[in-house]
Amino acid sequence: MQFLLPLIPLLPFAGFLINGLFGRRLPKTAVGLIGSGTILGAFLLSVAVFSSVRDGAAIQQTLYTFLRVDSLQVQFSFLADPLSAWMMLIITGVGFLIHVYSIGYMHDDEGFWKFFAYLNLFVFSMLLLVMGDNFLMLFFGWEGVGLCSYLLIGFWYENRAYGHAARKAFIMNRIGDLGLLLGIFLIFNTFGSLQYKEVFEGVANYQNNAWIPTAICLLLFVGAIGKSAQIPLYTWLPDAMAGPTPVSALIHAATMVTAGIYLVARCSSLYALAPHALEVIAITGLATAIFAALIGLRQNDIKKVLAYSTVSQLGLMFLALGMGAYSTAIFHVTTHAFFKALLFLGAGSVIHALGGEQDIRNMGGLRKALPVTFWVFLIGTLAISGFPLLSGFFSKDEIFAKTYEHGGALWWALAATSGLITATYMGRLLFVTFFGEFRGTETQRAHLHESPAVMTIPLIVLAVLSVVGGFLNTPHFLHLGGSEWLSHYLAPALVRPATSETHALDAQTEWLLMGITTVLALVVLVLAYLAYAVRRSLPVADSAMQPVARLLANKFYVDEAYDFLFVRPLEKISKMLHYYADIQAIDGVVNGVGRAAQFLGAQFRKLQNGNIEYYLLAMVVGAALLVGSLFI
Amino acid sequence: MLDIIQTVPIDYFVYLSTLLFGIGVLGVLTRRNAIIVLMCVELMLNAVNLLLAAFSTYLGDAQGQIMVFFIMVVAAAEAAVGLGILVMIYRNTKSTDISLLDNLKY
Repeated sequence: MQFLLPLIPLLPFAGFLINGLFGRRLPKTAVGLIGSGTILGAFLLSVAVFSSVRDGAAIQQTLYTFLRVDSLQVQFSFLADPLSAWMMLIITGVGFLIHVYSIGYMHDDEGFWKFFAYLNLFVFSMLLLVMGDNFLMLFFGWEGVGLCSYLLIGFWYENRAYGHAARKAFIMNRIGDLGLLLGIFLIFNTFGSLQYKEVFEGVANYQNNAWIPTAICLLLFVGAIGKSAQIPLYTWLPDAMAGPTPVSALIHAATMVTAGIYLVARCSSLYALAPHALEVIAITGLATAIFAALIGLRQNDIKKVLAYSTVSQLGLMFLALGMGAYSTAIFHVTTHAFFKALLFLGAGSVIHALGGEQDIRNMGGLRKALPVTFWVFLIGTLAISGFPLLSGFFSKDEIFAKTYEHGGALWWALAATSGLITATYMGRLLFVTFFGEFRGTETQRAHLHESPAVMTIPLIVLAVLSVVGGFLNTPHFLHLGGSEWLSHYLAPALVRPATSETHALDAQTEWLLMGITTVLALVVLVLAYLAYAVRRSLPVADSAMQPVARLLANKFYVDEAYDFLFVRPLEKISKMLHYYADIQAIDGVVNGVGRAAQFLGAQFRKLQNGNIEYYLLAMVVGAALLVGSLFI
Repeated sequence: MLDIIQTVPIDYFVYLSTLLFGIGVLGVLTRRNAIIVLMCVELMLNAVNLLLAAFSTYLGDAQGQIMVFFIMVVAAAEAAVGLGILVMIYRNTKSTDISLLDNLKY
């Protein structure tokens, strides 16, 4: 079984090589088949691996020794334990659906083969990230997905703005990576190894002062902030919507951005030593959840709303992590992957039908023309808003319950508020886009068509998953035969923090909390329906906005603040260094050497004046000196 | 024979030879006519010959005179080559003035 492990990332890598080297000459069908087929193969292998680690035993396979320097030895080896097997399933499963969707979505694109090559490379890197059995392989995959994110965001490279968005994503990621690297260095310094097994054994026996694990945990979290778009390093994700919609679905909703969650969950035993770090994570997560949700409330680009929604949902996942509820966070990762990918792909279907239109103010009444898209989008919206019995309902509710358990009423109230704002903006998005009158151009109306099967089937599969996915981890108190299956499955891989040896909430409190949030969410959805579908009130044009709305629509001017605080000063410093250090100092020295040589040469050649008497005199003087030197 | 020669102290030979050599040097440095310069070079060589012959007699050693032979041979060859070059220069510049030969410069 362990010999299958290296095959799982190897298949997408082979797909990358084939499509990358030969894709230009292959027919599009072949490219699409190879690209999707490798992911399907990886998925089937992941299922096999999953079934063999279900009981909690981990399997491991080493390929070769990657690095051997003094006391540091790093292997290129894979680890499949419950946590990584689950992530592998999500990555390859949802990834496969998105690859199939892309066959239809990117069909008319010149760079079709490049797209599939990049997507396969991305899946390869992401698999390395989750399957590695040491921090260096995690970092390898981490950087790889950052690279692929850059390549795919800037896929339509002729547009400079898209290139800038890609660059912004990569740079902000790198800022976080500094924290991650420092954390890894500190881990090596403290525990003497980078392998998970050895590090976590060291953690179990760790007796020294607590600030080192806290520092490590905080540094690793900085890396997670960059990769998973939390405050303050989240601004790249909305800009990343410049990439094709399947990219947004795969990378910026279902997989890459969940790398940070995976990192924290993987290091759960470390975080058990550092409760303060967990507090920081919880605060950051909650703040991001509310902040991003508020911004999403007044965005008018269909993808930007979903982007801010992703940032907000990631905040909720980090809140769960901060509360020590690691399996809850992974549960929400799973359900979020389903419904967010669904929503993004549905948005892609809408954009495809309207020939590239993304502003919801120019949409409307699409549910008649795009029935399948409408129904799946509806399911996705209900799932994310927490409609009872859908997947999002169970995972969000579990997060809220754990928040109440570990944080108390205030935390719960704030978290629930973010949930309500989520329901609001998603309802707004759904109703403005699909209800009411069509507000586009006549040519668009004539070309409105439902997407082809290659795009709608993945949508339907994801919709089904969004509906039933919640039953992976139904809590006991609901008496629905819930088994909390996912929590039990993941338990061998995760370590709960010491303070959370808790009193579970009693059933009555749980019912009460769930009831409040669900009822409020439903009320909000109905209000949104009334406001946007019935009364046909539209998001107004940019010029006519109220001050608060304008603040939200302009994302609280965070980008402008960053530009003022960081980008401009750095550019100034760069220009100054360029002038003083580079042009004046270094070029001065180098060119100065040349000029000195030229000057000396100019002086010396004056000796050659062509005058014979001068030469004769030189000969005589030279001979005299020579003879004279014998007498000295 | 030696006593007759030795009534003239060796010093005088040295002074004469030095004087002749100096005149030769001055001529080489000062004169502009190439033929005169070559003659002055011969003068320098002969001054040295004189000195060598004088010392050879005073020390009774024949080596000095052997060296004179060698110097004379070389002087003759060098005079032949030098005059050959002079003829070529005259053919090119219609003059024996060495100050006209200043083209090999920067």
